[in-house]
Amino acid sequence: MNIQSNPSRRSVLRGGGALVVSFSLDSYISEALAQGAAPPAKPLALTEVDSYLVIDAKGAVTLYSGKVDLGTGVETALAQMAAEELDLPFSRIKVVQGDTALTPEQGSTWGSLSIQIGGIQIRQASAAAKTALLEEAANRLNVKKEDLNVADGVITGGGKRVTYGQLIGGKHFSIKLDPKQPVPTKDPKDFKIVGKSVARVDIPRKVTGTFTYMQDFRVPGMLHARVVRPPAIGAVLEGVDESSLKDIRTARAVRQGNFLAVVAENEWAAVKGAQKLNATWSKWEGLPEQSQLYEHVRASKVAKDEVTANVGNSGEALAQGAKKLSATYDFAIHTHGSIGPSCAVAEFKDGKLTSWSASQATHNLRKQLAKMLSMPAEDIRCIYVEGSGCYGRNGHEDAAADAALMAKLTGKPVRVQWSRADEHGWDPKGPPTLIDLRAALDGSGGVTAWESEFFIPQQTPGGFFVPFIAASLTGMPSDDHIAPGNIFQNSNIPYKFPNVKAVCHRLETTPFRPSWIRTPGRMQNTYANECFMDELAAAVGADPVEFRLKYLDASDKRGIEVLERVAKLANWEKRPSPKSGQTGDVVTGRGVTYCKYELARTYVAVVAEVEVKRSTGEIRCTRFFISHDCGQIINPDGLKNQLEGNIIQTVSRTLIEELKFDRSRVTSLDWASYPILTFPQVPEIVMDLIDRPTMPPWGAGEPSAAVVPSAISNAVFDATGVRLRSVPFTPTKVKAATGAA
Amino acid sequence: MATKSLKVNGKRVSITIDDPEMPLLYALRDKLALKGPRFGCGLAQCGACTVHIDGKAVRSCVTPLSSIRAGQRIVTLEGLGTPQKPHPLQKAFIEEQAVQCGYCINGMIMESAAFLASNRNPTEAQIKQALANNLCRCGTHARIIRAVKRAANA
Repeated sequence: MNIQSNPSRRSVLRGGGALVVSFSLDSYISEALAQGAAPPAKPLALTEVDSYLVIDAKGAVTLYSGKVDLGTGVETALAQMAAEELDLPFSRIKVVQGDTALTPEQGSTWGSLSIQIGGIQIRQASAAAKTALLEEAANRLNVKKEDLNVADGVITGGGKRVTYGQLIGGKHFSIKLDPKQPVPTKDPKDFKIVGKSVARVDIPRKVTGTFTYMQDFRVPGMLHARVVRPPAIGAVLEGVDESSLKDIRTARAVRQGNFLAVVAENEWAAVKGAQKLNATWSKWEGLPEQSQLYEHVRASKVAKDEVTANVGNSGEALAQGAKKLSATYDFAIHTHGSIGPSCAVAEFKDGKLTSWSASQATHNLRKQLAKMLSMPAEDIRCIYVEGSGCYGRNGHEDAAADAALMAKLTGKPVRVQWSRADEHGWDPKGPPTLIDLRAALDGSGGVTAWESEFFIPQQTPGGFFVPFIAASLTGMPSDDHIAPGNIFQNSNIPYKFPNVKAVCHRLETTPFRPSWIRTPGRMQNTYANECFMDELAAAVGADPVEFRLKYLDASDKRGIEVLERVAKLANWEKRPSPKSGQTGDVVTGRGVTYCKYELARTYVAVVAEVEVKRSTGEIRCTRFFISHDCGQIINPDGLKNQLEGNIIQTVSRTLIEELKFDRSRVTSLDWASYPILTFPQVPEIVMDLIDRPTMPPWGAGEPSAAVVPSAISNAVFDATGVRLRSVPFTPTKVKAATGAA
Repeated sequence: MATKSLKVNGKRVSITIDDPEMPLLYALRDKLALKGPRFGCGLAQCGACTVHIDGKAVRSCVTPLSSIRAGQRIVTLEGLGTPQKPHPLQKAFIEEQAVQCGYCINGMIMESAAFLASNRNPTEAQIKQALANNLCRCGTHARIIRAVKRAANA
């Protein structure tokens, strides 16, 4: 171990081996939520142990995580991983999240990667730190390293003892990490904290009103703001009558270009002001007709074609097939719909900006703010404060840009709180998805060809920077990316057919500013693929589970196991769909879906049970069975919470949710016009967690959502004999499909 | 500017307001710095802002201050219990880990507390019905139902 007095002298001292102790890092901790853009310099590189953790003189650990807790419990899970490697009680770990001045840039909190990537980095740093502490203790105590014992941060041996706090207390480790040469970590059979359902650290505060959400965060002297968005997406602001605010004390308009807002000294004045402000806007009707949405998607110009699978010669095999099937699937535009609308606070001090927001990507936010404001990123500090649940790039970053712009224009700290209509109307959307599928069968019912075409917006190169609304409305600098995320994933299939071709037509444009919403692309693509698999099984009169097993790669044992286990869990009755002999108004069915996430990691399979009321077209999901293999499980109860959440949220998306719009704007601006699932509609969920302690931990925040829409469609087919190919599966569509009066 | 007197979590407080039609939610959050009641929609659609007025669950985002009579008892999530001394429902939510982001949980607990006061032994269907107008986006419903059941049986 090499502990130095001055970080800038590190290169001089590196390798010296002596303990040179005087530089205290304790101040980082108190700085975490403090104002000001200039905290003490702290290592941030991904290759430094000091970037991830600081141990103070009392032996308490502060963990610095670039991955943030979006309401999923990763704050607890990451602390478990650190505590385990460090041999410390869980309670000794505190976590600082998503602060560009303090936390390493571990990548945005997306893609089910917080544990898989972020957790592994933290585990590595913790293991390296513990090794160094043991080596230092061996020196100090003059006892061989092998003869030392560690418990609760106390190292003992040869009748002597020393604590972590005494060894390192607030000083630098100065140990390099090399991802290509990982340090050895604890044998999973010795785990005491990882693999246990440790209670989440945030919940007691969240149920007693003592947790500080972004929406609760305040700084002294700040103004409250509400934005006034154009009544049509591309409308131009022609005039503002500020006299309309004269009766509201302290309220005034803030304007730049087409960006308009009301600021006031108290929140209600800003709310009222935004409602009362008279502004005139030009007309704009640039959106397609909603009833023609998929015709519009199909006719959109293709920027490029991405071939994600090409095995054999599918064209030829299709032409020669004894039987051919084809189908077109679509999946609606969805809104994120966080229960708390986006909120952010910004403050300029001495030319430097501090931005507090619930952004899932504070490091990216900083780059984007720097671009918009034409200032160096070094002069901006973005700090994460947990907000309402975040399922992808929603409005948080836009609110951060709104607040920064207004702080600049007013010269005061500004807190902006979006309204419900701002959130429903202006968060970036999950884009509409259109999918064509074709397959051929030979004379004995074997699948000889599979072809798929996905009509999805492009991801422009250079980064996942969804343009800020504030930049678009003002014309301030912006990268103008189209950034729906990696939505090509799972366009390819896990089944071994002799001829397969999957093509993603990446469209130049999509009607609404796109972004990623939980399980982006993987959900839509899995839905179409797994429904069409069911169509093939039905066409040959095969049991849907057996049909899938027949074509899964026999060497992919974990995939086969997850599917077999869910069938057992659900007491799956072997037979083809649809179920025969149902005559009543309410019919029941079951459907299966399998997914290997991104064809590379987490395995998940579900069985959905549904009831369909034929006279009304209503679908009720009564029960879900799920088998889930994400490798090593860090916190089983936290995992269950994620699986339940994914299933319930996706039942909502599948049965109910659809953005409504006219030629000018989003019209589904509240929970009445964009309803989500409510308690009486919630299914029972039966879970089977497959724990593999010796395997790497994989993501669990998304995969179990990917399997829900097709499982429901397949179950409805089993119940009714009718195939639903358009999400959401509304009663109107069900009635039209079943031909019910 | 006018003065309004309120009784919140057992304490009498006096606040100055510009507008008697300001919803109670803003008085609680911005004047009294309470963090339990939350802004979710401002339309009484989601329930995140729920408080008790004289024991009844009320949506504070659409309750103007002018409608609150002197002496009415307002109770927020903070008034139910603390991390050290939680209300049986708060305890049950912790035990069931019935939170994801937790933004809706204020409404879930306040609505359930009022409901359980009038129905001490509800069925699962009755719990679902009682919470039918409270929205959760994370999909925590199954755990919330278990937590309310647990509190009812406590």
